[in-house]
Amino acid sequence: MVEGDEMSHLLEVSNLKTHFSTEAGLVKAVDGISYYIDELEIIGLVGESGCGKSVSQLSTMQLIPTPPGEIVGGEVIFEGRDLLKYPAHGPEMRSVRGAKIAMVFQEPMTSLNPVMTICRQISETLELHLGMNRETARERSIELLKLVGIPSAESRIDDYPHQFSGGMRQRVMIAMALSCNPRILVADEPTTALDVTTQAQLLELMKDMVDHFRASLVVVTHNLGVVARYAQRIYVMYAGRIVEAGTTKDIFARPRHPYTMGLLKCVPRLDEERGRKLVPIVGLPPNLVNMPTTCAFLPRCPYSIDRCRQEPWPPLKQLHDQHYVACYANMEEKVGELNAK
Amino acid sequence: MSESRETVIQEFIEAPPRVSAWKRFITVFFGRRIVIFGMIILIGLMITAIFANWLAPYDPYLQDLDNVKASPSTEHLLGTDTLGRDTLSRIIYGSRTSLIVGFVAIFFAATVGMTLGLVAGYFGGWTYSVIMRVIDALMAFPMILLALTIAALLGGGLRNIVIALGISMIPPYARLMCGQALHIKENDYVVAAHAIGAGNWRVMLRHIAPNAFPPLIVLMTMMIGAAILAEAGLSFLGIGIDPPGAAWGAMVSEGYRYLLTVPVLSFAPGIAIMLVVFAFNMVGDGLRDALDPRLRGTL
Repeated sequence: MVEGDEMSHLLEVSNLKTHFSTEAGLVKAVDGISYYIDELEIIGLVGESGCGKSVSQLSTMQLIPTPPGEIVGGEVIFEGRDLLKYPAHGPEMRSVRGAKIAMVFQEPMTSLNPVMTICRQISETLELHLGMNRETARERSIELLKLVGIPSAESRIDDYPHQFSGGMRQRVMIAMALSCNPRILVADEPTTALDVTTQAQLLELMKDMVDHFRASLVVVTHNLGVVARYAQRIYVMYAGRIVEAGTTKDIFARPRHPYTMGLLKCVPRLDEERGRKLVPIVGLPPNLVNMPTTCAFLPRCPYSIDRCRQEPWPPLKQLHDQHYVACYANMEEKVGELNAK
Repeated sequence: MSESRETVIQEFIEAPPRVSAWKRFITVFFGRRIVIFGMIILIGLMITAIFANWLAPYDPYLQDLDNVKASPSTEHLLGTDTLGRDTLSRIIYGSRTSLIVGFVAIFFAATVGMTLGLVAGYFGGWTYSVIMRVIDALMAFPMILLALTIAALLGGGLRNIVIALGISMIPPYARLMCGQALHIKENDYVVAAHAIGAGNWRVMLRHIAPNAFPPLIVLMTMMIGAAILAEAGLSFLGIGIDPPGAAWGAMVSEGYRYLLTVPVLSFAPGIAIMLVVFAFNMVGDGLRDALDPRLRGTL
């Protein structure tokens, strides 16, 4: 994305491309996305399954399994260094992962090692990056468990993951991720696998925790509702590209991409009149193998114009200030339509 | 009525009893009589091997040429062999050879095989191809033939037998560990381990290896029996423990010429081999069943 200001960001990803070679053909899971995050900022990365949002996050940390995946281009500038210049398993990347950029995964049930106690798993990060010995690491692990709201942390610390519920495991994951005071916390669909009441608690916890540790937060989700309350800015992804970016207010009040509008129309809201029908987006997300050169959303787009069918995928264009959209159609008059519905 | 309601509430408040994995393991493991039988034999064998000095009624190397091939009597419970040595004492001392060969060879094979398999499975690509093709090549030979060849090249003696058996038993461990590593490395917690900045070796040793162990432990138990049997086979063929060292296989070999006249010479060590191999296999079976995750929750 073209940046107007000269200020350097905490993390700036530009033109990141991650491709997977499969038997069916080349899958461009992430196809030239650019985004940034500033200190203490919370951003949301929204899109449906398979649009490349998780892959983009794994790519910035170089956690893509190679082969079949490969980061084919782009830059990930973090603290003035391009992380993609370092070998994936070299000491530089290892000192970033967990210590500077930490991750919380989607599946709390499977993201903890079943044969290690909670204590050993949290301590491992501390020993690895902060050089703590076992005793200190254990003390710190108990403190962290308390901080994320695990009751009777002293006795639960020696339990194994199977003795914890899904929500508690996700709390442990958050404790692990924040143990070394990272600059950025990446939460990859952190609440998808949990039930709704737990989801709300965990989102609240994450918000508190990043405030407490003064970290920035990237929330990857397919649910716009999840990010609405917390994120300052939102990136909407579709088929490996960012189709719209803007402040949360821009995205919710003045969406300019038909896909974003579609997403908004299928989320129930509390502040609307009863009886409104949720409108799903017709069709299916495109198969990422052998994508057409035209806009990937075209087959599902209710607002397509002739130009969409003739020209390649539109680049992001700036609407104003921080609001960018990748669409040829002039969507401004359609917004009224959306609000009227 | 209110009383009963209270008890119901009380039951809800009390946390459900946790069946620990260890307890479940013990219940399943000792739930079968044959396993208990096997365990008794193995414990007996270990005690025999450790306390052979005290348990053996005679010096196993002491020859009494006036009293060769004696029949079992109160003096010599299992008779004497062709050189007048007490058979029972030789069997007791032979248990040491069997156990040492079994454990050391398996330890060697398991360590080397598991390391190779872990590296091959974890890194994949050409590392996998090179290591596993070598293992496949080793696997093409029957285990006993391979051990025989290596033992013949190195010469006899306890140490060389252990090395020969150790090398020939590497392939199954490498194969099994490789398969385990291949599927365990796809787990989320492995990605999570990378995400906290753990290096390749840490991920392999701390996160993958411990999760891969259960079937390998079973394989180890079962193959100790095979190792003891193979050692007996090699000793029988004469490429084994140097005489006058006591080894069950060699004793069977010495005695079989007199099978019709003094059957006890071959039968006594033969039954010892059979019992021990049988016990190891039964305990291995029991371990496999007790560690089988499909049985989890049934007890």
